Amino acid sequence: MNIATPPLPIFRAEGVTRVYRTGSVEVWALRGVDLALNEGEMVVLLGASGSGKSTLVNILGGLDLPSGGRVHFRDRELTEADDRALTAFRRDHVGFVFQFYNLVPSLTARENVALVTEIARDPMTPEEALDRVGLAPRMDHFPAELSGGEQQRVAIARAIAKRPDVLLCDEPTGALDSRTGVQVLEALHEVNRDLGTATVLITHNAAIQRIAHRVVVLADGRIVRDEANPDRVLPSEVSW
Amino acid sequence: MRALDRKMLRDLRRIWAQTIAIAMVLACGIMILVGAEATQRTLVQTQAAYYERHRFADVFAGVARAPQSVVTEAAAIDGVAQAEGRITFSAVLDIDGMTEPATGLILSLPAEGAGLNVPLLRRGRLPDPDRHAEVALNEPFAERHGLVPGSTFRGILNGQLRELVVTGWVLSPEFVYTIAPGAMMPDDRRYGLIWMNEAAAAATMDMGGAVNDITLRLTRDADEAQVIAALDALLDAYGGTGAHGRDRQTSHTFLSSELQQLGAMATYLPPIFFVVSAFLVNMVLGRLIALERAQIGLFKALGYGRTEIAGHYMKLAGLIGVIAVALGWGFGWWIADAMIGLYGEFFRFPFIIRDTGTGALVISAVLGLATVALGGLRAVWSSLKLPPAEAMQPPAPPTFARGAADRFLTWLRLRQTTMMIFRSILRWPGRAAITLFGVSASVAMLVMSYFMFDSIEMLMDSVFGQANRQQMTLMLAAPQTEQAVLDALALPGVIRAEGGYAMPVRLANGHRTRLSALQGHYEGAELARLVDDAGRVVTPPAEGLVLPEMLARALGIEAGQALRVEMLAPPRTVLTLSVTAVIPQGMGQEAHIAASALFAAMDSAPQVNMIHLSVEADRVEELYAAIKSTPAIAGLSDWAEVRRQFDATLSESLLTMVAIYTLIGVLIAIGVVYNAARIQLSERSYELASLRVLGFSRGEVAFVLVGEMMLLTLLAIPLGWALGYQVAAGMVEAISTDVIQIPFAISRRTYAMAALAVFLASLASVLMVRRRLDRVDLAMALKARD
Ligand SMILES: Nc1ncnc2c1ncn2[C@@H]1O[C@H](COP(=O)(O)OP(=O)(O)OP(=O)(O)O)[C@@H](O)[C@H]1O
Ligand SMILES: [Mg+2]
Repeated sequence: MNIATPPLPIFRAEGVTRVYRTGSVEVWALRGVDLALNEGEMVVLLGASGSGKSTLVNILGGLDLPSGGRVHFRDRELTEADDRALTAFRRDHVGFVFQFYNLVPSLTARENVALVTEIARDPMTPEEALDRVGLAPRMDHFPAELSGGEQQRVAIARAIAKRPDVLLCDEPTGALDSRTGVQVLEALHEVNRDLGTATVLITHNAAIQRIAHRVVVLADGRIVRDEANPDRVLPSEVSW
Repeated sequence: MRALDRKMLRDLRRIWAQTIAIAMVLACGIMILVGAEATQRTLVQTQAAYYERHRFADVFAGVARAPQSVVTEAAAIDGVAQAEGRITFSAVLDIDGMTEPATGLILSLPAEGAGLNVPLLRRGRLPDPDRHAEVALNEPFAERHGLVPGSTFRGILNGQLRELVVTGWVLSPEFVYTIAPGAMMPDDRRYGLIWMNEAAAAATMDMGGAVNDITLRLTRDADEAQVIAALDALLDAYGGTGAHGRDRQTSHTFLSSELQQLGAMATYLPPIFFVVSAFLVNMVLGRLIALERAQIGLFKALGYGRTEIAGHYMKLAGLIGVIAVALGWGFGWWIADAMIGLYGEFFRFPFIIRDTGTGALVISAVLGLATVALGGLRAVWSSLKLPPAEAMQPPAPPTFARGAADRFLTWLRLRQTTMMIFRSILRWPGRAAITLFGVSASVAMLVMSYFMFDSIEMLMDSVFGQANRQQMTLMLAAPQTEQAVLDALALPGVIRAEGGYAMPVRLANGHRTRLSALQGHYEGAELARLVDDAGRVVTPPAEGLVLPEMLARALGIEAGQALRVEMLAPPRTVLTLSVTAVIPQGMGQEAHIAASALFAAMDSAPQVNMIHLSVEADRVEELYAAIKSTPAIAGLSDWAEVRRQFDATLSESLLTMVAIYTLIGVLIAIGVVYNAARIQLSERSYELASLRVLGFSRGEVAFVLVGEMMLLTLLAIPLGWALGYQVAAGMVEAISTDVIQIPFAISRRTYAMAALAVFLASLASVLMVRRRLDRVDLAMALKARD
C-alpha cells in the first residue's frame, strides 16, 4: 500500500521583510513573505523586475539576512545564525547559480568546480559533475574560452558538485538564447530528478514555469500567487 | 594544489611586474638592515675579541716623567686589574724612496713582553732586548714601504739621527685605526708606529727607570671615573697630562663612531622602505580585491569562510614578502661581505669573526612579512565586511564630489583632460597620498644619502679653505721663543711662517671638566685662523677665551663666566680665564685665546711650539731635506698632501657611492609610481579607451595618466626635501659624539640632484605603463569592464 507522505518543508519563511536603506531613502524589497518549500520540489519564481525575487532567494541561501521575520532551514533557524554558521550552511547545503555565471576567470572549468569539491563534505568529483552537464570534453578550458551556455553549465556543475540539498538559481537562462537556455534547464531538471535536489529557479520568462512542480509569483515584495503546476513538461518542450 | 592557490599563483603572474616592483623596495629595506646589522655585529664581535685577546687597556694617561714605582702605585688603585708603564715619543723618520719626512710614534716594549695592548706579531720577530737598534713596525706602514725584516731606515730620535733595523711587523689593538695626531685621515705612508725595547727607548729619551705613559686595565666592576680621578691625582706631581678612558682613545673612538653609524643606518633607513612597501602592498592588493569583488562574493556564496578568503589574499601578500625577504637576504649578505671587506682596508684587524647575522635575518624576515601582512590586512579587511549578496553586484560607479575644490577647478576652465587629472586625485585622495608619500620618501632617501658628501665638503672647506691655509705645519720638539719663526722663514722655499702655540688642557667649570686643547693665536695670522660656521674669521679678543658652542654647552658655561684652565704639559700653569665669546663652530672642540692674552696671564715671554708655513711648490723637496736634518722639529703635517689624498680617495669612491645610493633611492619612486600608474590604467582603461574612441590621440590620452603621476611627483619633491632634512638631522644627531662631530649642511646641489633623479625615475616608470596604454585593445577595453 502506498500512503502519500505529506511533503516535508525544507525552507520555511515567515513574515520575511527586507528594507534597504540608502541615505534617507528606504526601499522595501520584501514586505512580509510567507513561504514553505518542500524537499525535492522544483519551484519557479516569477515577478516583475524589482519585485524582490533575488532578495528572497539570497535570504533563503544565507547570502543576506532579513530585516524582519524568520527563516528556517529544516529545523534550523537561519535568522539566528552568525556569519560562521551561515558560511557553513552555504558550504554544506546550498548550491547557487547566477545569471552571469560568476566563474573565476583565472581557473579552468575543472578548477572552478574543484573550488567547491575541495571544501564540501561529500562531493562528487569535478569530472563527474561536469559530465552530468555534458561538459566533460571542455574541462580544461578557461571561462573565456567557453560560450555563455557552457559557462552556465560549468556554474551548474559547480553548484551540484557538493550534492546540495537545495539549488538556488537566479535567472540562470537570462543571458542565454532559447536553445542554449533549454540545455541549461535540462541540466537543472536532471539534477532535480536524479538527485532529488530541491530547486528554486528565478526567471522573467513565463514559458519556463511549465517545467516547475510549483509556481510562485512575487509582486512588490509580496507573494501574489502560489500554486502547483499539474501539467509539468520537460524542458525540451519549452521554447521562447 | 588547491584551486584557490592556483588562482593566487595566476593572479601573481598577472601582476608580476608590480609584484617585483614592490618586492624590490621591500628587499632594499631588508638588504640594508641585514647588511648593516651583519657588518656591525661582525665588527663589534671582532673588536671585542681582539681587545680581549690582546688586552686592550681601559684607561690611558700621559705624564711628563714618572718613576717606574708609580706603575705599582697605579696598579694598587681600587678597580685596577693591571697597570703598565712605557715610554712613548714621536720622531721624524727618513725612509728610503720618500722625499718628505714621515712621522713615527715610538712605543717602548717591556723586556718581559707587553702585558697590555699586546702587539700581535704578523711577520719576523720582536726586537731583541739586547739590540738597541732593533724595532718592530706596524704592518700597514711597513707593508707600504716594503720594510721587510732586516731592512733599515733612519729617524731623528730625541735630536739624534739613528739608524734602525726592522725585525718584524705587528698589529695592535690600540691602532685598529691609525691616524696621526691632528690628521684628517689615516696615512700609512707618512705615519708609522714603532715598537722599541724599553731599555733602548729609555736610553734614547734619557728616561732610565722612568715612564711617560701609563695604561690600565680595570676590573669588571670598576668605576672608571673614580679610577681616572685617582690616577690623575697620582700623576699630578709628575706632570700628568690627564687620564682618559677608551672613549677618548683615538682608534677606539673612530671605530666606535663607525659602528654607531652602521647602527644608525640599520635603524633609520629600513623603516622608510618598510612603510612604503606596506602602502604599496595595500594599494595593489586593494585594487586586486576591488577587481575581484564579485569573485569574493562568489567565494562566500560557495561557502568559503572569511578566514579562507582573507587567507587567500594574505597568501598573495605573503608571497610578495617571501620574494622580498629572499632577495633582501641575498643582497644583504653580499653587501655585508663587501662592506666588511671595505672596513678591512680601513680598520686593521688581524682576524675577522664573521657574524652569521642570524638575528638580523630573523628580524628582517619578521619585519618584511609583517610589512606585507599589515599592508595586506587593511586591503583584505574591507573586502570581508562586504555582504556577499552585495559583493556580487557591480560596484556603484564612483561618485565625483562636487566640493569647493571642484568648483575651483571648473572656474579655472581647464581642458577636460586636465580636469580628469585633478578629479582623479580628488576622487582617490588616499591613493594620491600614498603616491605623494612614496615619492617624497624617495627624494628624502636621496637627500639623506647625498648630504653626506655635503658634510664632507663642508668639513674640507672649513678645514682647508678657511681655517688652515698653510701648506705645512711644523711641530717643535719643545716650545721656543718667537725667534724660531724667523729661523723657519730661513728654511728653503718658505714664503711665510707664522708661530702658533697649542697646549693640552683640562677645562673645568665646577665639577664639569673636559680634556681639550688651548690654541694661542698670534695677531695678524693669515695661515692658521679661527673660523666659525658662517665662514667668518674670528679674531680672539684681547682678553679671555673663545669657546665653540658644543664645548661651552658641555661645560655648562656662558660668555662672561670664568673657566679654570689646567695646562697638562710644562709649564703646567693653572689659569682662571673668563670666557669672552662663544662662537658657532660645529666641529670645534678646542678653546682659543689671543697669544698676547695667554702669555700675559701666564706671566711669561711669548712662545711658539708649532710653525705654520706657506711654501713655494717647487722647493718642497729641499724643505723636506732640511726638516729631516733639523732636530728641533719633532714632526710635521703636510696639509696640501692630506688634501690631495683626501680628494683622491673621495673621487675614487664617489661615483660608485653616488650610483649605489641613487639606485636604492629611486627604487622607491619606481615602485610607487609604476604601481600607482598600473592601477590607474587598470581602473580607467575603459575611460581612457573611450577617449580614444572619441578621437583623442594616444598622446592626449596618455597625458591623463602621465600628467597625474608627474604632477604628484612634482608635489612630492618639496615634501621629500623637508622629510630628508629632518631624517638627516636625526641621523647626524644620532652618530655625533662629543668627540666626533659631523657637520650638518645640505647643499642646493643635493636637493637638485635628488629631485632630478626622482623626477626621471618617475617619468621612466610612468612611461613604461604608458606603453601598455598604447597597446590597450580599444574594442576589448570597452567591452570588458574589469
Ligand atoms: N543593495 C541594495 N540597496 C538598495 N536597494 C536594493 C538593493 N538590492 C535591491 N534593492 C532594491 O530592492 C528591490 C528588490 O530588488 P531585487 O533585486 O530583489 O529585485 P528582483 O526581483 O530580483 O529584480 P530583477 O528581476 O530586476 O533582478 C528593488 O527595488 C531594488 O532596487
Ligand atoms: Mg534579480
